[in-house]
Amino acid sequence: MILTGHRGPIDGNLRAIAMFLGMFLALAAVGLMQSWSLALAILNLCLISAVMSLGVNIQWGYAGLFNVGIMGFAALGGVTGVLISAAPVTAAWQAGGSGIVIALAISLVVILGAVLVSKRMAAGLRRKLVLSLIIVPGYFLARHYFDPAIEAIEAVEPAKTGYLGGLGLPILFSWIAGGLLAAAVAWVIGKIALGLRSDYLAIATLGISEIIIAILKNEDWLTRGVKNVSGLPRPVPYEVDLQQALWFQDWAARMGASPVEFSSIFVKLNYAGLFATVLLVLLWLSQRALNSPWGRMMRAIRDNELAASAMGKNVTGRHLQVFVLGSAVVGIAGAMLTTLDGQFTPASYQPLRFTFVIWVMVIVGGSGNNWGAVLGGFVIWFFWIEAEPIGLWLMDLFTAGLAEDSGLRRHLLNSAAHMRLMTMGLILLLVLRFSPRGLIPEK
Amino acid sequence: MDGILNALILLSNFVIVPGIAYGSQLAIGALGVTLVYGILRFSNFAHGDTMAFGTMATVLLTWALQSWGVSISPFPTALLALPFGIICTILVCLAADRWVYRFYRREKAAPVVFLIASIGVMFVLNGLVRFIIGPDDQRFADGERFIMKAREFKRLTHFNEGITIKTSQGLTVVTAAIVVIALFWFLKRSRAGKSMRAFSDNEDLALLSGINPERVVMITWIIAAALATIAGVLYGLDKSFKPFTYFQLLLPIFASAIVGGLGNPLGAIAGGFMIAFSEVTVTYAYKKFLAYALPGDWAPQGLVQLLSTDYKFAVSFVILVLVLLLRPTGIFGGKAV
Repeated sequence: MILTGHRGPIDGNLRAIAMFLGMFLALAAVGLMQSWSLALAILNLCLISAVMSLGVNIQWGYAGLFNVGIMGFAALGGVTGVLISAAPVTAAWQAGGSGIVIALAISLVVILGAVLVSKRMAAGLRRKLVLSLIIVPGYFLARHYFDPAIEAIEAVEPAKTGYLGGLGLPILFSWIAGGLLAAAVAWVIGKIALGLRSDYLAIATLGISEIIIAILKNEDWLTRGVKNVSGLPRPVPYEVDLQQALWFQDWAARMGASPVEFSSIFVKLNYAGLFATVLLVLLWLSQRALNSPWGRMMRAIRDNELAASAMGKNVTGRHLQVFVLGSAVVGIAGAMLTTLDGQFTPASYQPLRFTFVIWVMVIVGGSGNNWGAVLGGFVIWFFWIEAEPIGLWLMDLFTAGLAEDSGLRRHLLNSAAHMRLMTMGLILLLVLRFSPRGLIPEK
Repeated sequence: MDGILNALILLSNFVIVPGIAYGSQLAIGALGVTLVYGILRFSNFAHGDTMAFGTMATVLLTWALQSWGVSISPFPTALLALPFGIICTILVCLAADRWVYRFYRREKAAPVVFLIASIGVMFVLNGLVRFIIGPDDQRFADGERFIMKAREFKRLTHFNEGITIKTSQGLTVVTAAIVVIALFWFLKRSRAGKSMRAFSDNEDLALLSGINPERVVMITWIIAAALATIAGVLYGLDKSFKPFTYFQLLLPIFASAIVGGLGNPLGAIAGGFMIAFSEVTVTYAYKKFLAYALPGDWAPQGLVQLLSTDYKFAVSFVILVLVLLLRPTGIFGGKAV
């Protein structure tokens, strides 16, 4: 980790360019061998993964903060997709909207009161007494309004709605709102856990991400819970509309493709364009930040906290700043994912897929280097998807000698899907051991 | 008077008995985490999956024994298979140390690098377990299911409410007591245990007095693997075995270890019970209890449940946060700052 010298050797840059070229060739190979639609589907998720891994790189690569709650921030971004774009359910608002608002207002007053008391009063038995006198009755008062309200809301056409709905705005707004929501939650967590040992931040973020998912799964009045919200509006045209438009049929004919196939590719290309724009803007901002005096200060803090704080840098404050920024980027990626899926499914948020695979991306790509994080996002997502067909093919090869109906062969073929996790673990361990600076090392 | 007694029996049945059993399981899990932390100085994220691996090995042998007709009824067959599971887990932990952690130890890498490496190990173990036994729920408990059934209790005492004690719960508590006594005897009295404590207190001083660090590390992994397997099998007998649940146990286990003070074995035990009892008491619905305890018409309408059981993770987390804020070294004083 060298702090001076901005430009790496030219062959280093060439190597990075070659690796990006190789990545796009691999995607093109999928397009030629499997299908272009699949290649674009992988590309879209590669772009989202790259944004997430950029966010984690801001926290880990710039500042050395170890956040294992990425899943939670991605899910917060995801739920804003619903809250912003789903159509509001007027009947539900009439049934229980006022109760929810009153309950939230009471909670807010209680929290503010508790914060005020703990700041103003001297520590001791009396403060504890006053605090519990505010919090305990406040909790039950809020529940008194809250419980009947959610019951009423969830009773409104539970098979179709049963929740408050969203604001009915275009879903692209959720990309900004998702970032803001993730940032706000990160600020609260950072206030609590930063400044302690790195292990504690890891465990605290692991915990908060599990809680966020639990809330999204169980608070049906807000998110419909495991009943999922599907059919969110899209920022791009629908395939069916395209297939019926005359200009599109002409265009497809000129390209020599069937309208059905071409419309699917066209829609995916539109998404890819949107995601790539976000990725490039964020990458540009991140590069600017990293090479600014602020970025140099962050790296100085990362490499020697003691020295940096002796120089008058506010280590905890800067950590909080970078933690909030990184989480916001992850939140944006989470909102993008909901946009791509057109639905929000809380049960699909698994820590292995949403937290630890992102970590593998950052470490493999090269912690501290934004281009590395982006490349890592592409490479690891590509392997994550293609590991299954490759694993299946390998298993088939290994077990070719066994009889077709052999139990062992069937078990191995059925379990090939779980090879993914093992592959990810092995990649992480091997890179950490033999190439700890990653594919594109920090300059 | 009868009402109050009925209320107490109800509380014992739904809060105290399950709390003690769950607390013992968490305590054994947290002991493993805290020992690894004390000696190797990192939070082992692979501990939950180590538990899953040990349980899986035990489950596989249990099934084999069951199919051969071997049984030690009324005890569950898994008890017979447990030593085999422990040995497998020890081998895996030693292999992980030899191939992964030893390199970073020699490099004197930062604790966070160990932590990332343990995430790699976690992935590999997780994949291995899912690959061998699959991601689904597995039941492997057999033998007598209950020590005491609610119906018998009611017949004997003529109360309205009864206490049920499952064999797995009784077994958990007895095993936990034996394990804890054996561990403390080992740490306090044996030569190897003393060298472990010395190493944990002050590494340089321990090295100067001729303690072999590799041996200390090896013993630590052996004990941690044994503890992880025992905790995993007891939890599996009590509930059921599902790889993902074991990964999720990581949070309450870490919370227990931190609440008691990371690196402090006594704290891990106390922390385990604290976390378990908070989870159970906060997520229990007190409606029936209050109906018994309060005079006739005061009985509440709602369930009187502070938090739904889906939020039990939140309980360990809130306690964790409170301890981190008020007393970062844990209630019993660990080494972390």
